[in-house]
Amino acid sequence: MAETPVVELSAVRRAFGAHIALDGLSFAATPGTVTVLLGPNGAGKTTAVRVITGALRADAGTVRTFGLDPAADGAAVRQRCGVVAAKPALYDRLSGWDNLVYAAELYGLGPSAPIEESAARFGIEDALGLRVGGYSTGMKTRLALARAVLHNPDLLLLDEPTSGLDPESSRAVLHLIDELAAQGRTVIMCTHLLLEAEGLADQVVMLDGGRALVAGPPDELVRQVWPRPWLVVDAEDRASLHRLAAVPGVVSVHAAPDGPWRVELDGLARVPDLVAELAFHGVRLTRVAPHEPSLEELYFALRGGPTGAPVLGEPVMPRVRVA
Amino acid sequence: MTAAITPTFDGGRPAGADGLRRPRQPTRSRVLVVARTDLRQLYQSPDFWVPMVILAGFFFVIAPAGLLWAITHVSRSDLVQKVGATLSVLPGSARSAINARAPHASAAVKASYALAVYLFAPLAVIVPMTISTAVGANCLVGERERGTGEFLSHAPVTERDLYLGKLIASLVPGYLTTLVGFGIYSLVVNLIVGPHVGGWFFPTRQWWLLMLWVVPPFLAITLSVVLRLSARVKSAAAAQQASGLVTLPAIVAAYAQSSGALFTHGVGNIWVGGAAWVVAAIGLRRGARAVTRARLLGVDGDLG
Repeated sequence: MAETPVVELSAVRRAFGAHIALDGLSFAATPGTVTVLLGPNGAGKTTAVRVITGALRADAGTVRTFGLDPAADGAAVRQRCGVVAAKPALYDRLSGWDNLVYAAELYGLGPSAPIEESAARFGIEDALGLRVGGYSTGMKTRLALARAVLHNPDLLLLDEPTSGLDPESSRAVLHLIDELAAQGRTVIMCTHLLLEAEGLADQVVMLDGGRALVAGPPDELVRQVWPRPWLVVDAEDRASLHRLAAVPGVVSVHAAPDGPWRVELDGLARVPDLVAELAFHGVRLTRVAPHEPSLEELYFALRGGPTGAPVLGEPVMPRVRVA
Repeated sequence: MTAAITPTFDGGRPAGADGLRRPRQPTRSRVLVVARTDLRQLYQSPDFWVPMVILAGFFFVIAPAGLLWAITHVSRSDLVQKVGATLSVLPGSARSAINARAPHASAAVKASYALAVYLFAPLAVIVPMTISTAVGANCLVGERERGTGEFLSHAPVTERDLYLGKLIASLVPGYLTTLVGFGIYSLVVNLIVGPHVGGWFFPTRQWWLLMLWVVPPFLAITLSVVLRLSARVKSAAAAQQASGLVTLPAIVAAYAQSSGALFTHGVGNIWVGGAAWVVAAIGLRRGARAVTRARLLGVDGDLG
């Protein structure tokens, strides 16, 4: 039996005057998963987060969070959500401690609120007595994260959560996201950083112009765009790799200006023959390895336009049109 | 730049064993949570409340004390004559009341009594309105400018609770300053003028009416407009400017009403005060609609 989504958007539309921020956006997030919203600035990621919690109402379409309509049952929805905005949204005149106490009281937590624990989780406990106005950007982000998890939310919405963080803190945040998902919590994260999303996402939703270009698990999306296997091939003399075009089973070849080439095959069974063919013709291969197209390559392939821009470098074979 | 914050007490409730203020027991009233936090921010901003204290100190203490002391102790007859001329501007009912209180007092003493009871009345209006307007103008637009409107828009607090919390946080500084100032003013007036008019005489019944029945609804009416402006304008500077235009007629109206409360003894002022309370209630109720999550986020199309 399919799980009831924690978040479900269906043909959601939201405009701000003449600007259409969400234009028929549809996606769903199931419990205990990490959904990453990818897209350039202005794609609608932040508006999507606001619509999910009911901070903004949709002009059209349906939004369901925990099965509720956030526009009608906003308080109940927001009680179970933890949000970290792109900008930390902290009170500079108050201390870190007072910022967390304010959140604890608004969420109805009382004296037993785990303020120290939440702060310690993000390494900010020593700075709680200091005024937030004096915090660095990274400290503010960490405090905002601590505030977002204070009330143990069922749904965590993170907008660029690693922005301004050093590598250790970024890793801690990503590790936390993994932990929360493993505990059954649902996470929706907006990010520009494709590498972050790649290791983390159960589902990627690529937004552009307020619409979802694609939505699904990263590996499935990659297979949709590139259904055939790819190889990374390099040789002592890269010019000799032009022979790849003549090898049976090679669908396309993409030459990189300063690096290994990528070869699309009609099946992995072709690899031994490919190696043998090249070696027979004196090509001194230095690298032959399977290539899993990254989320970054997928992102640029999808945003490359209708002609299907090359994934990497210039093709020496007729390129495969990318949908 | 960082500033260490020493652990604070919270309304008389001692801090915990580790010296840190703990969240209170969960309560239905998020209104109080919002109000407390806004007031705490105000308290942490000496650059904001110090001028307020100076303003109140000048109008309630320094100016009255200096003037009253000078009048009651001056011996120059020409100056006494000029001061005595102030009595002539008062209504007959007020002059009768002064003569009844101090029939044998000198013109200077009667003039100082008149100043204390009647002519310093605008203080009770100007001070709270100025302070509360300054706080109220910034309260909603400030959330938007700081970006904290995003936090509030995603929090489980209703727009109504936000509005009421902000209203309380705007009312309290002005009205509290006025009450404290009023208390000190009473002391000053009684100490300086009292010995010359047979003992302590202040506050009069009319002043109680002014402080408890006239000032609060006018303050509330002004704030209902100021908070609506704060929700709608794009910047705190614009809010302050717009609020200044609103408070000026409000001060004039309140001053007229306060003068009427002091100069007359009829029940008409009670009715007018009652009507002001009704208008205040309507204004506040309508004002609550101005707070929307879209405006907190700064994405409302009609922000001007």
